[in-house]
Amino acid sequence: MTAGRKIIVNDATLRDGMHALAHQYTVEQMVAIAQKLDEAKVDIIEVSHGDGLNGNSFNYGFSAHTEEEYLRAVGAALSHSKLGALLLPGIGTTADIARAKELGVHTIRIATHCTEADVAKQHIEFAREAGLDTVGFLMMSHMISTADLVAQAKLMESYGAETVYVVDSAGALLMDDTRERIDAFKQALGCAVGFHNHNNLGLGVANTVIAIQAGADRVDGSVAGMGAGAGNCALEVLIAVLDRMGIETGIGLYPLIDCADQLVRPMQKRPVQTDGNALMLGYAGVYSSFLLHTERAAQRYGVDPRDILVELGQRRMVGGQEDMIVDVALSLSKP
Amino acid sequence: MGKTPAAIIGSGNIGTDLLEKMRRRSTVLDPAVLVGIDKDSDGLRRAQSHGIRTTHRGIEGLFDDEAFADIGVVFDATSAKAHLHHAKLLQARGKKVVDLTPAAVGPYVVPVANLDEGLGHDNVNMVTCGGQATIPIVKAMSDIGTVHYAEIVASIASRSAGPGTRANIDEFTVTTARGLEQVGGAKKGKAIIVLNPAEPPLIMRDTVYGLVESDDEAALTASIRAMVERVQGYVPGYRLKQDPVYERVEQRFDDGRVVAGTKVSVFLEVEGAGDYLPPYAGNLDIMTSAALKMGEEIAIAQGSQA
Repeated sequence: MTAGRKIIVNDATLRDGMHALAHQYTVEQMVAIAQKLDEAKVDIIEVSHGDGLNGNSFNYGFSAHTEEEYLRAVGAALSHSKLGALLLPGIGTTADIARAKELGVHTIRIATHCTEADVAKQHIEFAREAGLDTVGFLMMSHMISTADLVAQAKLMESYGAETVYVVDSAGALLMDDTRERIDAFKQALGCAVGFHNHNNLGLGVANTVIAIQAGADRVDGSVAGMGAGAGNCALEVLIAVLDRMGIETGIGLYPLIDCADQLVRPMQKRPVQTDGNALMLGYAGVYSSFLLHTERAAQRYGVDPRDILVELGQRRMVGGQEDMIVDVALSLSKP
Repeated sequence: MGKTPAAIIGSGNIGTDLLEKMRRRSTVLDPAVLVGIDKDSDGLRRAQSHGIRTTHRGIEGLFDDEAFADIGVVFDATSAKAHLHHAKLLQARGKKVVDLTPAAVGPYVVPVANLDEGLGHDNVNMVTCGGQATIPIVKAMSDIGTVHYAEIVASIASRSAGPGTRANIDEFTVTTARGLEQVGGAKKGKAIIVLNPAEPPLIMRDTVYGLVESDDEAALTASIRAMVERVQGYVPGYRLKQDPVYERVEQRFDDGRVVAGTKVSVFLEVEGAGDYLPPYAGNLDIMTSAALKMGEEIAIAQGSQA
């Protein structure tokens, strides 16, 4: 399945990792990480607010610097890697895609909840028209059946997406679930297939390897897992495993290990790991970026964060509904 | 005084819900004609079953209808593109128009925020569903102190997001943000929309954040509560889910501005009346309810001039 195929690796340290730092990277930190990723020859480096372009808000948090400052600085630091960005329709608009392109973005990923692909039509069409490498990103892919997910992926492909991702935003997919979805995408789609996940059930690297074995053309990882919840598939670990498996990525291991040990881990204010609350995200099937918001609300209103996460799961909240975390905490705090 | 005859253009979900609302609830307006383009549409059949005149020949069919001359208010629930065409024709014929599309030919109106401004124009626009739900709260904050920034998150059931909204979701965020500024009084507005596919469908939720130059929490709460009551006058299912939450913050914005003030968080739920569309579709209900309210006020103002 994997012989002779170049797997494209999309790093998410500077986008998903924004969640882990409450969007507070300094420009210097981003550039230092990007230089290491570029040295390692990672294919794509995604830079955005955790919730995508134009994500700065009370609801999701304001980043330490502007989008433009981050994209310009990282773009200027790259000699091999391409610059990527994420956009969620409903938060960002086509105007943000146009601005990102002017700032040197090469790859744009348009993310919707797994049942709502049609809201991405205008953005995918716009991005293709603009000549960007255009990716559809189906979030919370664990929430619907494989057949339903394939139908949504086909919509994204029909709008012009060149790659469509299975996105395990809650880190809730089991190993067979992952294999089944990637298998089905490979059979049903003519475009490339990608996989992005979170380590909430401790399956970050394992499920990404399964996705590659099932034929995924593009996969995500973050250095030291730097991402929402328990973090993403740890990129340096993935590259080490793929090396041992004889799967060629062309990506250097040592620069990634150095980046993880010397740069990323020392920056983490809260360890990015599969601890109790992060585990609960995967267990309850909750959007990973809810973690820090939930811990803050739990502390403020004197509620057990696990109770908040379970209630959010029961209410079937989806990505973007961070406002409901405080709403749930307030409701739980009432005698 | 008898009811003023009204015409509704558009026999889809919104137009039909508006028709049912007007037929059942309005003491001011009478749905005289429903205009569609598909003679088999549920909306037109429903209107006929109530003895309401219909045409499936679009706006030309309306102009040819014998009831047209007496129509006092025309509601347009078609699309932005269609409304641009309709607006010119209706203006030439001297009709007052309430526009429920995103065309925004006329000024944005929210009945509890800028009714009087709306009454001064022949064509008024109802912003968006998220705007109708949240602009009143921003206005309530503006009445107490300068709102430097207002942000809203509208969560609606996937089933209540029609093809028009889905095909152009940017229009929702951009138009709502502008409404927060122009009608709500915020110096800067931002809107976020989230579609949630849960079954059974979730009732519309709206969260409004304001950065307000006032630390008078009691006055803010009183103003917000009073505004909720006023909206309940035409949308009974409009509710505060929690007491407003207050935090002192200092916020730096992308344009370099640093603003110190009170961050106010208001959690709303909008349950529809279930006139035609199901109660979870509060987003559609608040749109038709606000439009009906606006149309009634226009008819009353016309009547008092006559």
